[in-house]
Order: sequence, then C-alpha cells, then structure tokens
Amino acid sequence: MNKIKSLDDLRQLREGMQAKIKLRESGNNSENIVRIKVAMSTCGIASGAKEIMNFLMEELEHKAIDAVVSQTGCMGYCYAEPTIEVTVPGREPIVFGDVDKFRAGEIIEKYIIHNELVDGILPVNYRTIEN
Amino acid sequence: MADYKMHLLVCGGTGCNASDSEQIRDNLLTEVEKHDLNDEVQVVMTGCFGFCEKGPIVKVLPDNTFYVQVKPEDAATIVEEHLIKGRKVERLLYKDPENNEPISDSKHMEFYKKQVRIALRNCGFINPENIDEYIARDGYAALAKCLGERTPQQVIDEIKLSGQRGRGGGGFPTGLKWEITSKSIADQKYVVCNADEGDPGAFMDRSILEGDPHSVIEAMAICGYCTGSTKGLVYIRAEYPLAIQRLKTAIKQAREYGLLGEEIFGTPFSFDITLRYGAGAFVCGEETALIHSMEGLRGEPTFKPPFPSESGYLGKPTTVNNVETLASIPVIINKGAAFFNSIGTAKSKGTKVFALAGKINNVGLIEVPMGTTLREVIFDIGGGIKGGKKFKAVQTGGPSGGCLTNSFLDTPIDYDNLISAGSMMGSGGMIVMDEDDCMVSIAKFYLEFTLDESCGKCTPCRIGNKRLFEILDKITKGLGTEEDLSRLRSLCKVIKDTSLCGLGQTSPNPILSTLDNFYDEYLAHVKEHKCPAGQCKSLVKYTIDSEKCTGCTLCFRNCPVGAIAGEKRAPHTIDNSICIKCGVCYDKCKFDAISVS
Repeated sequence: MNKIKSLDDLRQLREGMQAKIKLRESGNNSENIVRIKVAMSTCGIASGAKEIMNFLMEELEHKAIDAVVSQTGCMGYCYAEPTIEVTVPGREPIVFGDVDKFRAGEIIEKYIIHNELVDGILPVNYRTIEN
Repeated sequence: MADYKMHLLVCGGTGCNASDSEQIRDNLLTEVEKHDLNDEVQVVMTGCFGFCEKGPIVKVLPDNTFYVQVKPEDAATIVEEHLIKGRKVERLLYKDPENNEPISDSKHMEFYKKQVRIALRNCGFINPENIDEYIARDGYAALAKCLGERTPQQVIDEIKLSGQRGRGGGGFPTGLKWEITSKSIADQKYVVCNADEGDPGAFMDRSILEGDPHSVIEAMAICGYCTGSTKGLVYIRAEYPLAIQRLKTAIKQAREYGLLGEEIFGTPFSFDITLRYGAGAFVCGEETALIHSMEGLRGEPTFKPPFPSESGYLGKPTTVNNVETLASIPVIINKGAAFFNSIGTAKSKGTKVFALAGKINNVGLIEVPMGTTLREVIFDIGGGIKGGKKFKAVQTGGPSGGCLTNSFLDTPIDYDNLISAGSMMGSGGMIVMDEDDCMVSIAKFYLEFTLDESCGKCTPCRIGNKRLFEILDKITKGLGTEEDLSRLRSLCKVIKDTSLCGLGQTSPNPILSTLDNFYDEYLAHVKEHKCPAGQCKSLVKYTIDSEKCTGCTLCFRNCPVGAIAGEKRAPHTIDNSICIKCGVCYDKCKFDAISVS
C-alpha cells in the first residue's frame, strides 16, 4: 500500500475510488452488478445479520447472479433488524427490514430477479449532507 | 411474467396501520384488479415513513407522488385518476406549510425528512473496515485541508464559529476547549476520545465507532494539529468488542496510508493513536475519572480546576472529546462553520444523535437538528407509542437526566431548554414511557444504577444516594409517609450541591423531575398505599371473588408458591402473606373471578 504524502495523493485516491464506485453503480459497462449492504453493528449481528449475509452470498452464487455483498455499520432501524440495502443497477437503492432467510430468498427471487417489490421496505426518512 | 411499471407503496408503520392502512392496501388491490392493471401495478406495504402525523401515507413510484391522510375510500380515486388518467389527486397531496402549495414529488419534501445525518453520515453507507470507501466520501479531506491550508488557530476559529458543543452531555463549546489546550504550554499534550458510553439505553457512540471509525480518527488528528498534541488515546469500554476491533483495523489502515504516524501529508505534523480499555464503570465517563483510569489509578474523579485542558493525562494538557462530537468535526471543516451553524437553535447548533428506546414503535438511532420537538421525535420518527397506549413521559439524559411529560412535547430540544425543563441532553438516550410505567419505580431504577456506579469517594454521593434509594424502596413497598417526600427533596438538594463530580451532582435529577411532574403518583404511594400504574408489586393485592369462583382449582394448581387454598367446587382464597404477585392466577382464571387492586 502506497503512503499518502500530500493532498494531491489523497485527491487522486479519492477520485480513483469514486470513479470505481460510480462505475459499479451506474452499471453502464459489463459490470452489471447487484450491490447489497448488510447492516452489521453489534445489534445487527445479534439479530442474525451474519447468517443473512452468508445466506445471501450462497444464494446469489447458487443463482449465478453477479453481486457484491458487503458489510456496513448501523442504519439506525433497530426495530427492523436485520436490515439490508439492495442496489440493482439502474434502480434506486432500497432498504429492506426484518430480513430473515425466507425474506432474503424472496428479495432475491422477486426484487432482484423480477423487479417486483416485496412488503416491508423501509423508506428513507432522513437527509444526508450531500444534498 | 409481470413487468411492473408502477408501484404503490402503502405505509405499514404502526401509526398508519392503526388508521386503516391495511384496508387501504386491500382497496387499492381490488381497484387495481378491477381495472385489469395487475400486470402493470404492484401494491406493497412498507415500513414507517416517519411522518405519522399526516398518515396514512401512500407513495407512488416511479414519480414519487406522496399522498397523505389517505382514507380507504380514496383508493378508487387514486387508481382511476392517477394510474389510469395520469392526473395526480390534488386534494391528497401534501401542502407546503409555508405557502400552502401542494407538493407532488416527495424529493422536494424537506420537512418529511426530519432527520439530518451529519455524525451518522457514513453509518450504514460505507464498509467500516475499508478505508478507501471512507476516502471516497471525502474522508481525510478535512485533515488534509487543515494541515495544508490552515493554521491551528484558523481551524479552532472555524470550530468556535460553528457553535458546536460537546455531545457527551455537558455541552461545553468544543472550539473553546481546543483553544485552552492549544494555549497551555507543555512538552507533551494529549487528545483523548471519550468512548466510555455508559448511560442505560444509549448506543450512539458504539454505532459510530462500529460504522464509521475513520471519522473519529480523522477528527482526533485534526484536534492534535490544533492543540499541538502528537498522541491520541481512545478510552473505550471493553464491553464493545466489535467497536474495538473495527477501530483497530481502521487505525492500522490509516497508518499504512500514512494518515497516522510521522509527517502526515508530507508536513511536519505527526500524530498517532492508541487504545485504552475501560472496565465499564459509569463514572469513568467523567473526564477526570477517565484520565485517572487511563493512568492506571482508580477511576475516581478529582476536583476541577485544574481542567484537563491545563493538566490532564499524566499532568499534561489534554483535550477530552466525545465520539459524536469528533465525528462531526470533519463535516464542519469540509462544509464550513456556516453550514453547521445554519442548523439548530440560537445556542445549540448542528444535529444530535438520539437512541430512541422504550415503549415506542420505531426503536432506533436517529439524528435530528437541534430544536426538533419531542413530539416530532416520538410521534413522527418514532412512530408513536407501542400498542396504542398513552404517552406518559420521556426520560432524557440517562441517570443524570429527568422525565419530561406531555407539557414538554412541543419544547424544541436543545441543551438549555432541556435543562430548564429539569432534565438534560446527556449523551442522547431517550427512553419513552407509557401509562403502564410507575414513575416512582423509574426513579428507583435510576437511583439503583447510580448507587452501583458511584465510586464512593465523596460522602454525599456514596451515602446520600444510598439513603435516597432506601426511601424510594420504602415508598414502593407501601411503607412511605408524606414526610418521606419532603425528606427526599431536601436530601436531593444537598447531594446536588455538595457532590464532587457530575455523577453525584446530577444523580438526584430523576427523583426531582418525577417529584415535580408526578407528585400525585408519589402521593398515591404514600397516602393510599397504591401504585396507580400497578407496577409496585408490594402494593398490588390479588383477591378472589367468592361469587364468581367455581372452585375449578386451576389457580390453585398453577400458583408457584402455594398461596391459594380451597376445596374442589368451593370458592378459593389467596393468602397475601405468601403471594408473590406473579399474576399467574389472574391470567389463568377463566371466570374473571380474580381481581387486582
């Protein structure tokens, strides 16, 4: 790993990363990848997020869907743990709450494959500092 | 296979559900079917939109139309007008409170997004174990800006201008704290991150450290640059293993990138961070006790002054900042003080993270601008009280805070308003109580906590709190008298006035605020020996109505302590000297013969 020695180094790295993420999210290229984030703070893990993450990875591989499943921190929806955010290329990210294995399967089958929504979506109810 | 062109999202949050959202969904489904739109339109239930006051809510995708206060009979209109004719149903649109204009696209509805995420900006967005994802979201740009373009004093001025106050509870201005340390002269200074989160029900610091550890590391380095410190310490409780692990990973990655260590960004500034583990003592959240604990001494507070900014860790000037305070620093630098102080109230700027817990539907971690009212937090974001019960009180500020009632629901939340209401901001725990909660028991619960956590150094806190607890215990057992209430009050005052540190000075708050706001409940306990909420077991009495009792023996067979006696097919009786008030008999009786008083 190269050390960051100046502000320019940091900028370069940031732009490189942003480009990479953009590429991943716009899905205009061959990388038509579904991205799933699993909220994995202590509370999420305690309510089963780890098992859900493993299950998602296995199922997606089994169904040969190109996807990246990654962990993230607390999304704040304690009442609906485990929670996951699914971004299908070309569509807005959607957060699903109370995800057990059954619902995880349903999300893959119905939402990811067939663009059908399933009950229990958590609407975004906050503003970020970007907008 | 259906290829849906439109989605109707019906809010299935508990609040909307209570006002018939299921019926709305069913009606929409029927209408969609009636018009043969099954293959084009899908109707789904969602979680809470956080706008319960205007519920039930129906949102139409992809055009983001946001209908409020929808009634089941509106389903036909929505389908016929909006879906078929493509005309939005004007009367159901939300109207901008400022100019009464209907707003159709919810993307323009700032108000319904009552939360603004600054400290939590990356939580749930980035992978906390990947520094690159943090950098992609402007991570370490604030540190670079400070080191490359600003003098320490300029940065301090920016923080002062932003009006940020410490999020750990006290609300001391952050910029001022940094300035005092920067002006102290010493061969070594320290930056300490206080991650000893101890309030019952508060978990915002843990969530930030688990979700976005780099923001804290970056802010500590900025603080180091401003104050002239090269060493940072994170005091974190050992009960937070995942936070510790993620913090360690983050520190390692930052070192590999040269963002911690020698000559950061090619400048002469060097800074590194190590961790110190706390054993989970509440008093160690107090900065002097925290410092002693880090020094390997007993976690006991000492008298201030001298303040840690002048003489702290190992006698050197030390800046102690809370996790949430630090997590907001990079935003202040990147977006400017003006951005930060445009949010909030006159004396409290920015946003505050609250851990919403208790008898509330949407238990969760929220971040709202200072000045948001309790009503908005509890009834909109929190989705109201569980089970449709009545709101009774909300406890803020943990064991140092107080209980606020109905009359404070419309008070804008900020440091000063909460204090004048008899509570405090604290670290941001917010525990909601409903009509079934006994306020005397709640006060007793918090007292028990402080009693356990008192370090024992000063007499008022060590002995005074014990006496307070004994009086409360007496009251909840029905042995209290009216004189006890005045004794409680005067003892509270003495403890507040004479304790050494914040723990003792604030420990009587839960009692004082409940005495002020729920005096009737205390009176009922001491005068009538009754607990209005039915929570104090000693004051509850179960009796069997001999008229209704059929002698079925069900209660007799289920009583775990053998307090019930009686012959088959003859009325039974309860011996209250044996009864442990578990309520099993009450639940089991099929003839409604057992009553509670």
